[in-house]
Amino acid sequence: MTAPAAAVVLTGIGKRFPGVVANHDVDVSIRPGTVHALIGENGAGKSTLMKILYGVQAPDDGTITVDGETVTFSSPTDAIARGIGMVFQHFMLADNLTVLENVVLGAEKLHGIGGGARREIRAISERFGFGLDPDVLVETLGVAARQRIEILKVLYRGARIIILDEPTAVLVPQEVDALFENLRVLVAAGNSVLFISHKLDEVLAISDDITVMRRGTTVGTADPATATRLQLAELMIGEELPSPETTESTVTDVAQLQLKGVSVFASDGREVLQGIDLTIHRGEVLGIAGVEGNGQAELVEAVMGMRTLSGGTIHLGTEDISGWSNRRVREAGVGYVPEDRHRHGLLLDAPLWENRILGHQTRKPNVRGLFVDRKGARRDTDRIVGSYDVRTPSIDTTARALSGGNQQKLIVGREMSGDPVLLIAAHPTRGVDVGAQAAIWDHVRTARHEGLAVLLISADLDELIGLSDRIEVILRGRLVGEFDPRRVTAQELGSAMTGGGEAA
Amino acid sequence: MIRRGFFSLLPAVVAVVLAMVVTGLVIALTGGSAGQFYSTILSVPIPRVSVTIVNQTAMIAISAFAAAIAFRMNLFNIGVEGQYIAGSCAGAFFAGSGLVAGPAVIPATLVVAVVAGAAWASIGGFLLVGRGVSEVISAIMLNYVALTMAGYLVNRYGVASGYTFTTNPLELNQQPVGFQVVDGPYQVWALAIIAVLVAIGYWVLINHTRFGFDLRASGASSTAAAASGVDAKKMTLIAMALSGGVAGLVWMPAFFGSVHKFGIPENFQSGLGFTGLAVALLGRNRSIGILVGSLLFAFLSAQSNDLQSVGVAPEIISITQGVVVLAVVVAYEIVRRLQIRREQESVARELASARPTAEEASR
Repeated sequence: MTAPAAAVVLTGIGKRFPGVVANHDVDVSIRPGTVHALIGENGAGKSTLMKILYGVQAPDDGTITVDGETVTFSSPTDAIARGIGMVFQHFMLADNLTVLENVVLGAEKLHGIGGGARREIRAISERFGFGLDPDVLVETLGVAARQRIEILKVLYRGARIIILDEPTAVLVPQEVDALFENLRVLVAAGNSVLFISHKLDEVLAISDDITVMRRGTTVGTADPATATRLQLAELMIGEELPSPETTESTVTDVAQLQLKGVSVFASDGREVLQGIDLTIHRGEVLGIAGVEGNGQAELVEAVMGMRTLSGGTIHLGTEDISGWSNRRVREAGVGYVPEDRHRHGLLLDAPLWENRILGHQTRKPNVRGLFVDRKGARRDTDRIVGSYDVRTPSIDTTARALSGGNQQKLIVGREMSGDPVLLIAAHPTRGVDVGAQAAIWDHVRTARHEGLAVLLISADLDELIGLSDRIEVILRGRLVGEFDPRRVTAQELGSAMTGGGEAA
Repeated sequence: MIRRGFFSLLPAVVAVVLAMVVTGLVIALTGGSAGQFYSTILSVPIPRVSVTIVNQTAMIAISAFAAAIAFRMNLFNIGVEGQYIAGSCAGAFFAGSGLVAGPAVIPATLVVAVVAGAAWASIGGFLLVGRGVSEVISAIMLNYVALTMAGYLVNRYGVASGYTFTTNPLELNQQPVGFQVVDGPYQVWALAIIAVLVAIGYWVLINHTRFGFDLRASGASSTAAAASGVDAKKMTLIAMALSGGVAGLVWMPAFFGSVHKFGIPENFQSGLGFTGLAVALLGRNRSIGILVGSLLFAFLSAQSNDLQSVGVAPEIISITQGVVVLAVVVAYEIVRRLQIRREQESVARELASARPTAEEASR
């Protein structure tokens, strides 16, 4: 924190909301020409800090200094004028417009909307190796290219300090490498990058400085040259941390879930699953690796009885469950942690105890006959809140008020209730903080030890490798290779996921 | 809990006061006397009017519960109007047909009315599930069809009564005795009790049964409900039929209580379906809220009749009713957002105090 000519210095930043301190005594110093990583659990105050730096919110205490000059921002426009740009996690691009149109939108004054703008975009793209053609429609581009457009957008507006919020969450390993390559060129040209991430390996790989936040304040800095992943994680959550590694195998030879030749057509007639064969045994975690949109969601929905099979059979234990309704599948003992917990896993405006009932509304302890058993459901919600460490003031709190990690812990607790024989977990730790992630991994391992079969879908390759007993790779609706997680590397998986390699 | 009760009551009170003020302003601006409007509306109702208020409350409430069942599933059953016309027409024809003699005609007629209302609503339900036709659009059409068809049927198969046609009137022993709550010839209709039964039934069904949970879940998040095993199509059909079934009962208290025959327009009270929708919104689909809202609407309508004597058009009360609904919807949305924020703050506090501070200090 000693660099005299820091690009940005945040000193003693504090921000209070009624009843809660979001930030206090935050000190961050970003050196010019570096990638500075900001890490911390969800709720550690990273977003508030970003909003302050980007002018969305004004701090109550502290000062912001840009290039040695103290500044106050009353809106993002002020921040942009000072050369601070932000790339949000969710892209804000219009699909039906070209790259050029997306970039100039709202910045028409800078270089016009025609030739000048096109030249400028080409120049930026070439300088930093973005490889973007200004006249291509955005809808034809992949996720990685869209992200580069977002970065180009802020550069176009003159940003020299670029905030990236969880930029790698949507990328496969190869794309992450490419992004990092772009970032290195960016900082070599004198720009600074504030890199916000959960993924500690990536943080260690790209950053020059690391600042750790916990409970609203900066708790320390680390040197990526010497720090380890574990040290960082422990600094983030303030306690010792388990790793996702599964110790001994608990796989039995009793098949719990068996898919034979399962095919599914999408409503537009495309075959989204083609001849899937897979078996999960009791006590086994089968991981499915794949770039999103290659049939994972359809696979889950097929097993859950939410999609009609166009071919093949699904057996749960010895029973043929092909064609069963979702409710019947659930009643047979299948737990389901959905990919999108807000859309599929929770009633956001309902209290926690009612969310306990969701998906289990035909089973004890939630119902008695045709009636809802409020007492039973409430008591069992208390149990879940206790044993899964759901941080909530009460079980009458609405699900919406909880943080992502706590919502997910509630869902996992619910789906583990009633002795399931099979758990389908789609991205179970996506968007949850490290503490909750560790807890969820722990619960999966414990249940697996007790004979639970688990179908694990995840975009987090570390999670897949750490938790799975076996990994299948899905590509364009087919299983294209099986890997042993004890030997495979993230690079190999990434390559198979994109169709670049064959099964080991 | 007191705070919560306060929060759910305050918007309604504010809305009513605001509506009265707005109405007063409109009257004053158009050259009338706002003072006389207030003194008329807020006067203690005379016994005859009190009875009318109770009777109207019952019918409005049944209509509102019909609408609320669908609302709970995010279905906008604007067809309550047509469904209760269908139920009333079918029930009255059945009762007048002589198929069932004596007092037994009462339960039998109620069943016919429910079935007719449910069937009429199911047309919209099937169109929605099978063909994706918006239930609002089909219901608006079906409301006209019901009205026209009922008129046609009565003219074709009814009996002449003065200048119009009606169904065969009820026999004397088929007319239940009402509740004598005030002196004089005014009675609260016997079947007004249906409103109480529907209120209790609605509360139990929605809040305490598996079906009610599935219904609410579907309304709160159709995607989460589907993922939890709720069959959305089946649920839509059942909810529409149930809503229509209850709608079929709306006019039954009046039919058995005082009208005794069905004929359009003299021997029928139309418009209750739309009033019910407004009251369901006002009462936020809660049993107590709906009952109170029905009472309010019935009170305002009944009291407004006397406005003529002070030179104000009674129709002015529609402004009051409209503003109440509008204001209450806005006010509840504001309160909802406030509550979400308060809750998130309390969760944040919980999180902040969850970990030991000693360890914090050691760093």
